[in-house]
Amino acid sequence: MLELSHVTKRYAGVAALEGFHLTVASGETTVLIGPSGCGKSTILRLIIGLQLPDAGNIRFAGQPLEPSRLPALRQRMGYVLQDGGLFPHLSARDNVTLMAKHIGWSAQRIASRIEELAELTHFPVDGLDRFPLQLSGGQQQRVSLMRALMLDPEVLLLDEPLGALDPMIRFELQNDLREIFSRLRKTVVMVTHDLGEAAFFGDTIVLLRDGRIVQKGTLQQMLAAPSDEFVTRFIQAQRAPFEAMEQQL
Amino acid sequence: MRLRFALLLVASLFLAASVVSAAGAPDADARALVVGSKNFTEGVVLGELARALASTEGPAEHRQALGGTRLVFNALVSGEIDVYAEYTGTITHEILAQQQPESREEIREILAESGLRMSESLGFRDNFALGMPKALAERLGIRRVSDLRAHPELVVRFGTEFMERGDGWPGLKQHYGLPQQDVLGVEHDLAYRGMAAGDVELTDLYTTDAEIAYYDLFTLEDDRGYFPPYEALLLYRADLTKTHPAALRAMLRLEGEIDETEMVAMNARVKLKGVQENVVAADFLREELGVDVDAKATRRIDRLLRNTRQHLALVTSSLSAAILIAVPLGIAAARRPRLAQVILGVVGVAQTIPALALLVFMIPLFGIGTGPAVVALFLYSLLPIVRNTHTGLTGIPLPLRESAEALGLSSGARLRLIEAPLAAPSILAGIKTAAVINVGAATLGALIGAGGYGQPILTGIRLDDTSLILEGAVPAAVLAIGVQWLFDWAERAVIPAGIRTQQRD
Repeated sequence: MLELSHVTKRYAGVAALEGFHLTVASGETTVLIGPSGCGKSTILRLIIGLQLPDAGNIRFAGQPLEPSRLPALRQRMGYVLQDGGLFPHLSARDNVTLMAKHIGWSAQRIASRIEELAELTHFPVDGLDRFPLQLSGGQQQRVSLMRALMLDPEVLLLDEPLGALDPMIRFELQNDLREIFSRLRKTVVMVTHDLGEAAFFGDTIVLLRDGRIVQKGTLQQMLAAPSDEFVTRFIQAQRAPFEAMEQQL
Repeated sequence: MRLRFALLLVASLFLAASVVSAAGAPDADARALVVGSKNFTEGVVLGELARALASTEGPAEHRQALGGTRLVFNALVSGEIDVYAEYTGTITHEILAQQQPESREEIREILAESGLRMSESLGFRDNFALGMPKALAERLGIRRVSDLRAHPELVVRFGTEFMERGDGWPGLKQHYGLPQQDVLGVEHDLAYRGMAAGDVELTDLYTTDAEIAYYDLFTLEDDRGYFPPYEALLLYRADLTKTHPAALRAMLRLEGEIDETEMVAMNARVKLKGVQENVVAADFLREELGVDVDAKATRRIDRLLRNTRQHLALVTSSLSAAILIAVPLGIAAARRPRLAQVILGVVGVAQTIPALALLVFMIPLFGIGTGPAVVALFLYSLLPIVRNTHTGLTGIPLPLRESAEALGLSSGARLRLIEAPLAAPSILAGIKTAAVINVGAATLGALIGAGGYGQPILTGIRLDDTSLILEGAVPAAVLAIGVQWLFDWAERAVIPAGIRTQQRD
C-alpha cells in the first residue's frame, strides 16, 4: 500500500532521514517507534505530503506521490495529530464533516456516516455540537479520529494520537482504537514513543534511530534476537510498561 | 454566514460612503463660481465679500481658509478655485519671486501666462510689520526695526507663513542683520495670544489686524524700507470673463471701495466681537455699495450636520477602500514571506509619514479638497489592517494549518473555511484601530479644504473661540467612541463562537 524508497529528508542541512526504505502492507498496522528526533514523525509528514522528500520517492497504492495529485490522494488518507488539530471555530460535527461537505456529499449521506462513526468511536452524540475547547482531551481525540475516518480512507496515519492524554483515558482509548483497527482492517501507520503501546497495536514494529531502521519485526523478535545493542537498551528503558503488557497478553 | 455578514459590513460602509458623498457633491449642471481664501481672517472676510457679490449673479460658493499662499495660489492655477484675495507684495516677493517683476504691467503679463488676472487695488494696504507690547517697547527704547539689533534676547514668535516666506523673516533678518535666536513659527493668531500672556515679545503683524489696538501693541518703523507695499486685490482666472462674466463684474465692484479703517473695523467685528464673516460682509455691502445680500449666521446645528456629513464621507470612503485593498495585501503577505517584507515595509513607511505631511504631499497629485484627504486617510488606514491580517493568519498554530492541508482542502478553501475565520479577531481589531485613527486624522482634512470636524477647530483657533473648537473636537471624540462601539458589536457578530469560548476561558 505504501512504499518509501531511497527517501532522504534534511532540515537545515541535517538529515532526518537518509536513504530510507519502508514498505507498509495493505490492511496491516505498522508502528514507528524510536527516541525523539529519530525521524518517525517525518515519515508520516512525507506520506501525507506536508513535506516533500529531498531525494527518493514515495508510492501510494502503486502511484508516485506528486504535488499535483496530493489533494486527491489526501482524501484517501486520514491523519490524526497528538493534540488533535481540531479547528476551534467549528463544532465537533463541523470538524468531522468539513471535507465531506466541501466535496459535495449529500446531507443524508453525511448524517448517516457521522452516526456510524460516533458509534464506532464511542463518541456521545450530544457532544457533536460542542466546540473542541468544550470537550475533554480524550473526546477531542475521538473527534479527530472521526474526522480522519469520515471519507473512509484506505490509510490511517496517527502521530502519537494518545501522547497528550492522561493514563486512564489513554488506556480506555487504546482498547477502543485497537478494536476500531481490527474492525476496519485499514492500513495503519502509527507513531509512538511508548514500546508497550507499540506492541499493543503493531503487527509490525519499526524501531528507528537517527533516520535509519534499527530493527523491524514483532516485539518478541526484538526480545529474542535484538539486531544490535541499541535495541536491547531501548527495550530495557521501557521495561515496566512492557511487563504489564506481557501479563495481559 | 459569517463571511456573508462581513461582506455585508463592508458593503454597507461603501453604501454609506456613496450616499454621504453624493449628498455632499455640488450641483453638476450650473457650475458654481468658487471663491477661495487664505487661512486668516481678513482673507476670509474678503472672500465672503466676493462670494456675496458673485452670488447676486448666480451660484457661488466660498471654500474658506484653505491654507497658505502657495496652496491657494496653486488651487487657483489648477482651477479648483476661481478667485481669491491677494496682496501685491506677496505676488512680487513670494509668488513671482523668481521672475522679479518690476511693474504692475509686468506682473499682469506673467500672470496671464498662467491664465490669471488681477483686479485693481481694493483700496487699502495690509502691510507686514513687526510689533511688540507698547510698554515693553518703551522700556527697551525700541522704535524702529534696526533698534532690535541691540536686543538679541527677545522671544520672537512669527506666524508660520512669515517664518518661511522669502519676504518674511529670512529676508528681514538678512536685511537688518538681526541677531535674535529664540525665533519660532506659530499660528499667527496664537502669537497674539502669547503676547497678551507675556510669553511672546515680538511678532509679525498685518497692519489691518484688529489686535494691534486691542492688545495695545506698538508697530515698529521699517526704517530701512524692507517691507514692500501690500495692496489688497483680487486674483482671478481669466476664463471667468467667459464663464461667469456678470459675477466677475459684480465682484470687481469692490475695487477701490474698502479703505484701511473699514478693513480694520471688519476684522475687529469678526475677531473681537465674534460676528460671522458672511454677516460682516453683508453689512459692508449694504452700507457701502447698497447691495442687499442674504446673510444669516449659520446655525450651530446646521454646521454640525454639514461637518458630520463631510467627516463621515471622508472616513467611510477611505476606510472601506482601505479594507478592500489591505485585507488581500495582508493575505498575500501571509502567503509569501518574501513579499511580506516588501508589503509591510511599504505600508509601514506610509504610516510613519505624519498625517499632516501626508495630506500636504497629496496636494500636487490630487489638488485640494476631499479627494486628496481621502487618499491620505486611505494610505494611513492600510498599515493596521495589513499588519493585523498578516499577524492573524501567520499566528494560526501550525498543527491547525497542517490539519487543514492534510485533509486535502485546496488553498482557497483553507483560506475561506479555516484561516479567515481563525484570523477574524485579529483582522477586525486591525480595522477597528484603522477606523479610530482615521476618525481622528480626518480632522486634519480641513487643512486642505476637505471640511469635516476639523473645520470648526481651525476656525476656532483662528478666532480664539473655544466653543467653536469644541464644536469640532467633541463630535470627533464621540464619533471615535461610536466607531469603537460599532466594531465591538461587529466582533460579536463576526467572530466564530468557538473562538469566543476560548477568549472567555
